[in-house]
Amino acid sequence: MDSLTLPRTHYANAEYGLRSWLLTTDHKRIALLFLGSISAFFLIGGLFAMLIRLELLTPPGDMVGADTYNKLFTMHGIVMIFMFLIPSIPAVFGNFFVPIMVGAKDLAFPRLNLLSWYIFMIGGLFTLAAIALGGVDTGWTFYTPFSTHASQSNVMVAAVGVFIMGFSSILTGLNFIVTIHTMRAPGLTWFRLPLFIWAMYATSLINVLGTPVLAISLVAVALERALHIGIFDPAYGGDPVLFQHLFWFYSHPAVYIMVLPSMGVVSELVATFSRKNIFGYTFVAFSSLAIAVFGFLVWGHHMFVAGMSVYGAMIFSILSFMVAVPSAVKVFNWTATLYKGSISYETPMLYALGFIGLFAVGGLTGLFLATLAVDVHVHDTYFVVAHFHYIMVGGALMGYLGALHYWWPKMTGRMYPDLIGRIAAVTVFIGFNLTFFPQFVLGYLGMPRRYHAYAEEFQALNVLSTAGASILAVGFLIPAFYLLWSLKYGKVAGANPWGSVSLEWTTPSPPPTFNFDETPVIAGPAYDYREPEAKRA
Amino acid sequence: MNWSLPLFPTGASTMAGKVDLLYFVLIAVSGLAVAVISLLIIAFGVRYRRRAPDQVGAPVIPSLALEIGWTAVPLVVGLVLFAWGANVYFAQARPPVETLDVYVVGKQWMWKFQHPGGQREINELHVPVGRAVRLTAASEDVIHSFFVPAFRVKADVIPGRYTTLWFNATKPGEYHLFCAEYCGTQHSGMIGKVVVMEPNAYQAWLGGGAAEGSMASQGQKIFQDLACHTCHLDSGQGRGPTLVGLYGSQVGLASGQVVTADDAYIRESVLSPAAKVVAGFQPVMPTFQGLVSEEQLLALIEYVKSLQAKPQGTPATQAPAGQQPAAATPAAPQPRAPGPAGRNPGGDRN
Repeated sequence: MDSLTLPRTHYANAEYGLRSWLLTTDHKRIALLFLGSISAFFLIGGLFAMLIRLELLTPPGDMVGADTYNKLFTMHGIVMIFMFLIPSIPAVFGNFFVPIMVGAKDLAFPRLNLLSWYIFMIGGLFTLAAIALGGVDTGWTFYTPFSTHASQSNVMVAAVGVFIMGFSSILTGLNFIVTIHTMRAPGLTWFRLPLFIWAMYATSLINVLGTPVLAISLVAVALERALHIGIFDPAYGGDPVLFQHLFWFYSHPAVYIMVLPSMGVVSELVATFSRKNIFGYTFVAFSSLAIAVFGFLVWGHHMFVAGMSVYGAMIFSILSFMVAVPSAVKVFNWTATLYKGSISYETPMLYALGFIGLFAVGGLTGLFLATLAVDVHVHDTYFVVAHFHYIMVGGALMGYLGALHYWWPKMTGRMYPDLIGRIAAVTVFIGFNLTFFPQFVLGYLGMPRRYHAYAEEFQALNVLSTAGASILAVGFLIPAFYLLWSLKYGKVAGANPWGSVSLEWTTPSPPPTFNFDETPVIAGPAYDYREPEAKRA
Repeated sequence: MNWSLPLFPTGASTMAGKVDLLYFVLIAVSGLAVAVISLLIIAFGVRYRRRAPDQVGAPVIPSLALEIGWTAVPLVVGLVLFAWGANVYFAQARPPVETLDVYVVGKQWMWKFQHPGGQREINELHVPVGRAVRLTAASEDVIHSFFVPAFRVKADVIPGRYTTLWFNATKPGEYHLFCAEYCGTQHSGMIGKVVVMEPNAYQAWLGGGAAEGSMASQGQKIFQDLACHTCHLDSGQGRGPTLVGLYGSQVGLASGQVVTADDAYIRESVLSPAAKVVAGFQPVMPTFQGLVSEEQLLALIEYVKSLQAKPQGTPATQAPAGQQPAAATPAAPQPRAPGPAGRNPGGDRN
């Protein structure tokens, strides 16, 4: 192992200077620009989360004022969803690895890719400006007529920010779709593609088809707020529920924008760390597409108590049960992949196994919410808060951390200390469950979400939740330290530290600017471990 | 601090048991699924752990039967849960024929209640045990949501329309009332309590306060103050249609449509008179948007409801509001019934 050395030139040292980064069209460098940006945004969103949890330690609203609290949960939601989770895996790992995993030199539109980062940053700066100017208090959902009529906060600035960031998602999605269609290496047929690519493809479809609807709804909010054009506010002749239809038409599929990429990552991790082909490859691949399609048909389940007709509610309920099926299929196939595998437990695999368990809980509690009679009781309570954090943190974020630890040696050429990584992963898992499991109980007890002050009998569970959040915060901070440390002091990783047969591990770590010295030719299916010696570089 | 660790809420309505049963079934199904997956992961994880650095997994040919099986099982389980949940939801969504009506107005940040007898409350709702209570709710500003966890009921109260929900309380006591839809600064202060009382205590409470007369008589006063009565003559000879016997009837419109004259229709006709013009009349009525509050609208509706067919008497020609004997109004919460009113208002259903 001591004989491993970093390649003399690679994408990160091929050129020097700030300009070489800010004007780069290399997908790998753009991925790192995104990584830096969203890590900073994650820190801001996490800080808001900690302030929320500290306020909720005691029943009365005593640490911050009511308006401040409302702004904290709003900004936590906006930052975490639009500025972290939605870009996260696609913009960082998708950007870095989609071209490599399809055997291409770059994305189809490298300059569009750079533009995507600039658009994201401009939108992000608008949203940060909204915070600096005093914050927004509408909730990340911008529900009307509160957002168009009642709120006195910086709704317009934040809405403009989210509107602009949407174009970044659309451009990235477009770039991936074209790249996956047209730039696959010779021999890399659709059913030889890694499942991460299938997941990126499905995610990109949602980004391209769904994001414009969010943009439309935000424009409508702005028109009504600024010019009093009656769209949503009954005082001007509009209907407030119309906004909810438009908003959730994007924002429910957006859940899949966040979690599908993580599912793709988990497929890679389970295959690599079991050294085995994915059980039911085609079922896992098509389940991604099924989720992308069905995901557009279930938005109404966010509105069961918003005056929907009973028949409308029944249709959205049954479709919501059906969208759970492809997710269940994935979980079963990952589990079956372990059978007869050669399983090792490095840090990325712990995140993958954590994902499977937490995502299963998140998905199953989604069934509670799809069940009409139960949803009436738990809608807008902490049950919902717990459910979507199991999906978005237990699912999406676990997948992101798994991806970060899996591909870090490829991206940087160096290894982090795996033991500390595993300790951090276990800390995250414990902290996460302690934070959010009590919230299921709180929700069924009836504690509404977005409450600055709450009834006395809810305190014990809130204390548990805040204690968990503290552990979770520690679990998130540890990787920040050892990953930065590893940049300089980490062991040189070599091309293929995990013994994977996937394409990205055949090129040096870090990869050269154009990814491969010569265009790879693909001869067989993905995850083919039958002849390991012949395949490893 | 309060160290009690409640795990399950009180159930105090006829709906609570049904929702809770479904909840427990969901917990059982989910628990089983998580247990099976976790045990398999642990078992495979131990049995097939890597024993030598170069060891690879054995190739496994996926079984189509297995794939179909674990696609079908969640689908079937899901459909059963869907049907069960929808069945209970149907009961939740349809109030029984005979209900005790209470009117609710949500505004930043309080709940205001009006009883047909004229009693008004803020952030407190008194109801009798064992009677189906139907709430008709309106919002004066943004969206609120009426949520009583102990009853397992919730409904968004949306500006510009009426929301109805109903419950039948089974246990006397005081229960939390929360606003569940974020509505601004004091959202978490938009709370109150529902006081469920034994029938006798409820009757005594009703007798306690109705200074302004019944809602219908308040509505009648508003009807006169806004000069509605100058056009809507009882005789039907005025510039507007008569309102006697209107409530619940089928109305033919100038457009040829036929609509049912319910709460929403009356509200719309006051605020946007041109939207549904009655056949045979000119669209001459001005809008009253901004001139009547949601609470006044509800009183007007209650007044129109009281204008029933002649044999019942003619409330429209009764003494002006406030002149009615106070003792008469507490008994007023009428069962809302299209058929003959059959129930003693104070009667205990159980």
